Amino acid sequence: MNSLSLITSCLTLGSTDPHPNVTPSVLYGLGWLYLILFAMNAVWTWKSYHRDCHFRLPEFLGGMGMPNAAVWAMYSIALLLVSVTHLTCASVPEALRWFVMPDFAKSAIDFVVADARRYFAVTTFGFIGMLLLRNWLAKPSVGWVLLNLSLLFLCVSLTDWDFRQIVGKPDNVPIVAMLFIVGFFTWLFFYRANENDRRSALGKGPIEAENNEKVLTWPDLVYTEMICMIAVTALLILWGIALQAPLEEPASAVKTPNPSKAPWYFLGLQEMLVYYDPWLAGVVFPSVILGGMMAIPYIDFNKLGNGYYTFNERKFAITTFMFGFLPLWVGMIILGTFLRGPNWNVFGIYEFWDVHKLEALNNVNLSEYFWYGIGQPLPMAPAGADFWTQAPYILLRELVGFVAIGVYLGVLPMVMAMTVFKKFFLRMGFLRFMVFSNLVLMMAALPLKMVLRWAVNLKYFIAIPEWFFNV
Amino acid sequence: MSVGDYIRDSQIWKSVFRHPAPYDRRNRVVVMLTNFFLHLHPVSIKQQGIALSYTWCMGGITFFLFLVETITGVLLMFYYRPTLEWAFNDILALRDVTTLGIMREIHRWGAHAMVITVWLHMYRVFLTGSYKPPREFNWVVGVILLKLTLLLSFTGYLLPWDQLAIWAITVGSNMARATPVLGHEGPGFQFLNLGGYDLITNASDARFLLLGSRFVGEETLNRFYILHCVAIPLAAAGLIAIHFWRVRKDGGISQPL
Repeated sequence: MNSLSLITSCLTLGSTDPHPNVTPSVLYGLGWLYLILFAMNAVWTWKSYHRDCHFRLPEFLGGMGMPNAAVWAMYSIALLLVSVTHLTCASVPEALRWFVMPDFAKSAIDFVVADARRYFAVTTFGFIGMLLLRNWLAKPSVGWVLLNLSLLFLCVSLTDWDFRQIVGKPDNVPIVAMLFIVGFFTWLFFYRANENDRRSALGKGPIEAENNEKVLTWPDLVYTEMICMIAVTALLILWGIALQAPLEEPASAVKTPNPSKAPWYFLGLQEMLVYYDPWLAGVVFPSVILGGMMAIPYIDFNKLGNGYYTFNERKFAITTFMFGFLPLWVGMIILGTFLRGPNWNVFGIYEFWDVHKLEALNNVNLSEYFWYGIGQPLPMAPAGADFWTQAPYILLRELVGFVAIGVYLGVLPMVMAMTVFKKFFLRMGFLRFMVFSNLVLMMAALPLKMVLRWAVNLKYFIAIPEWFFNV
Repeated sequence: MSVGDYIRDSQIWKSVFRHPAPYDRRNRVVVMLTNFFLHLHPVSIKQQGIALSYTWCMGGITFFLFLVETITGVLLMFYYRPTLEWAFNDILALRDVTTLGIMREIHRWGAHAMVITVWLHMYRVFLTGSYKPPREFNWVVGVILLKLTLLLSFTGYLLPWDQLAIWAITVGSNMARATPVLGHEGPGFQFLNLGGYDLITNASDARFLLLGSRFVGEETLNRFYILHCVAIPLAAAGLIAIHFWRVRKDGGISQPL
């Protein structure tokens, strides 16, 4: 091969691009993913065939009855063809250009996720939508369609170089898996809860109370445990063979990586650091989260829903807990892992991690809003004053912040007790209600500060850097 | 007489298992009572209580992963030396040359999996309302175990002594210096002083206690190694025993009342 043709072939294969979106090995790997997707849907088609469900075609297509299985069969065959195409044509990326994420979709998705405000809005409203549409979403066919859509999204997104960098990091792979697992179990919860809620509306007991004779632990339980242990062992060995545990350069105290991230399960806490100082986000709030979780059984006075799945009988408890677990905990981990890049800026999932991306930060303290608002300078102690002379000035300066926090944690619970949570207050008694309301308010403190930061650039409610006391 | 029957009829077999194989109803009851490992379980159990779609098996898998982590962890301890000179090189050797170096992969992925399964176990217990009376206290024990799982994972994160390790621990442990009163950059640290001298400095605060140093260094490696391999596993094992015992004493797997 002469040098000219070598250069031409390099150019056509795009190997001069340091960040190639599609490479033969990526396409080949995707072929196997599509094959797995095909196998899953082939099994689903088989089950659908045996369930024998039909739907009616629209009039302009003839209006005849069609088995659902026929649609799933066509979809499965399409997946098989896509898979075979990937496995056989992997070396000709141009032939597979229809199976990559189109650029307009990438920019649309990045527009939503590359901004903490929109990301938070999407996860929160998505959560509310999930609760409202729970009856529809918990149908097996809807769940299956959603699973297929998310896997297809993953497949076509993997054709993007930047997406692969962030999702394919060995330590991030379990988080991707966790998304699917948490999604599945949330779906399973609603599936079982809806069924029990329907039964309860008909005056029947929960499904867990039916066919509930005692069986012998050997074999009924020990065999399940045995199979679980074998499955987990096999999974771990396969995972260990397929994916090497990460090992970066030897530790160096002088080379700070950018971004520096805590282990992935603490990234929700690290995300709080954007809005609250370390003493709150790193010490007080984690302690409150743990203490609050331990307090749950002593706060929840609702006797219903013990030992079976239900949503309607425990609407408040489940909504609150799920909001904490899904958008606030898992959602913030996703934000911290996949979207936070250099300088802790937010990046899109298809966006290059540019160290020089700039975001203006001009945040204002509540005290500054107050004193400048009434046309006064900030109260300041004379230069060189000692601690006891300074203290009154500082407290006066931050007075409005102290009042705001006092109202939030002290007065608001009483207002809640007299209005929306009147029933709770009567059932709980004073002490229990104060603990409950303060925990709920502290949980709301994160979204509250986020919204205030985005809406009015609020930096601190109380800003006393002199004493490391910023709230 | 088949070989299997011959073995089960031998004095050795009988001395270990004390009764015939659990083929019939009587021996299926007896096996649960006489076997140390099986006696964690009751002899019989409600059918719906052990349905996989009810329990998700996440608590059981978490415990199994704890055992996997213990076994692979002990094997790794034979190779790994927690010193600045050797820590990184030993992990490198585990990756490149050591027979069964895959134990490190299993250990790390098992740790990630354990964090996820313990969350899901909590999720399931909450969603079935199983923390409600009479199981309130066992939920509290469970929350502590959740915290210990995260701490186990966190302390283990440092041991490979690569860039990923020390910077993750630096970011995580920097929080400790902002501890109210006990951190040298925390609100109220000025209250602890004697005759004008601060008792809380960067060489005596909560972060120093955690790291054994003013930065993540060799003392930290030693401290995290002991926490990871001895202190936290012992605490977790004790609490797991209590957790299981209380499951039985509080009425077994939760069921509709």
